[in-house]
Amino acid sequence: MIIASKPSGWTDERVERVIGQLLRLGVTLSATVVVLGGAVYLVRHGIEAPHYGIFRGEPTGLRNISGILGQVRDWRGRGIIQLGLLVLIATPVARVAFSVVAFALERDRLYVVVTLIVLAVLAFSLAGGHL
Amino acid sequence: MTILELTALVWCGSLLAGFVGSLTGLGGGVVLTPLLTLLFGIDIRYAIGAAIVSVIATSSGAAAAYVREGFSNIRIGMLLEIATTLGAVVGASLAVRLPTTAIAIIFALVLLYSAYASTQIDHTKEAQGEPDRLTRYFKLDSSFPTPEGPRFYRVYNVGAGSGMMFGAGVLSGLLGIGAGAMKVIAMDQVMRIPFKVSTTTSNFMIGVTAAASAGVYLQRGYIDPGLAFPVMVGVLLGSLLGARLLPAAKTRVLRKVFAGAIAALAVEMLVQALRGKM
Repeated sequence: MIIASKPSGWTDERVERVIGQLLRLGVTLSATVVVLGGAVYLVRHGIEAPHYGIFRGEPTGLRNISGILGQVRDWRGRGIIQLGLLVLIATPVARVAFSVVAFALERDRLYVVVTLIVLAVLAFSLAGGHL
Repeated sequence: MTILELTALVWCGSLLAGFVGSLTGLGGGVVLTPLLTLLFGIDIRYAIGAAIVSVIATSSGAAAAYVREGFSNIRIGMLLEIATTLGAVVGASLAVRLPTTAIAIIFALVLLYSAYASTQIDHTKEAQGEPDRLTRYFKLDSSFPTPEGPRFYRVYNVGAGSGMMFGAGVLSGLLGIGAGAMKVIAMDQVMRIPFKVSTTTSNFMIGVTAAASAGVYLQRGYIDPGLAFPVMVGVLLGSLLGARLLPAAKTRVLRKVFAGAIAALAVEMLVQALRGKM
C-alpha cells in the first residue's frame, strides 16, 4: 500500500522515525549506565583474577529485576552494569510497545493484535518463561 | 591475568569484531563467541550471553539509521517477528538444556555455512503472478523510494517465509547470534522482497529477536556483567567506526577475507569441541 496520510497524521514514515529515535535513546542511555557501572566494577575488582573459564552461573541477585535494583542501591558495579543491560533489553521491547500504540492510532486493528502477540512472547521470556 | 587486563583485551577484541562486522555487513556477533571461547578460554555460556547483548546493542543502534530512509516494511517485520520471537524462546530454552559441546558444534557448522553464504551475492528474483492470500490479508505489499519515484513490490510465500523466520529465531536463541543472514534470505529469496527492503527490515528485527533470547539467558545466569560490559562497549564503538568507513570500503574483498577468517574459526571450534574442550 502506498504510504498515505492516516486520520491522526501518523504516517508510516513518521512512525519509523520516532522508532529510530527511541532505539537510539535506549542504546545511549543503556551504554551510559553500563560504562558507569563498569567503572565502579573495575575500580573495585580490577586486580582480582577472572573466573570465566568455569561456568557457575550468575548469582540470583544479578538475574532478575528486584535483585538487580538491590545491587544498584548498594552501589555494586556489577549491579549497575546489569541495570544498564536491562535498559538495553527493554529498548526493543519499548519499540514493540510503541508500535502497538502507533498501529492503534492508525486504526489498524489487525496489526495491533499482531504486535500484541509479539509483546506477549517478549513478556513471557522476560518474566522467566521458557520451555 | 587480572580482571582489568582481561577486560581491556576483551574490549579490543570486541572492537575489532564490531568494526569488521559492520564493514562487511555480516554482523560482529557471529565472530564474537568464537573469539571469546577460543582466544580467552571463556565458557561458551558466558560468551553467548555477552554476544546476545552485543547483538541487541548494534541492531538497535544501527536500526536508527536504516529506518530513516524509508526502506523497511514495518508490517512484514512485525508479522514475521511473531515467528522469530517464538523461535528465539525455543532456541534459548534448548540452549540451557543442550550440552555445551553440542552448542559449540552447531555453532561451528552455522559459522561454516555463513562463511560460504557470505561469498554468494544474490539478487531478488523478480516475481510476477498471483499474490499470496496471506499477503493481501496482512496488507504486506508496499513500495520503497528510488530516484525515479516509489517502486511497488508484492510479497509471496508468507507461510514458508515465516517458517524460515522461526528457524532463524531458533538459531538466534540457541547460539546468541543475530541470524540476520537467514532472515534476509527468507525475505529476499523465499518471499521475493527487494533486497534493500529485506536487509533493512532484517536489521530492524534482529534486536527484538535477540531481546526474546536475552530474557531466557538473563534468568539462567548466562549474562555476566563484568564480561558484557567490555563486549557491549567495544562492539558498539567498533560498529560505529565501521559504519563511518563504510563508503570507502571495498566490501566484496572484505567479505572474502572475513569469510576465510570465520571459516578458520569454525574449524578450530569444531576441533576443540570434538576434543571435548568446549
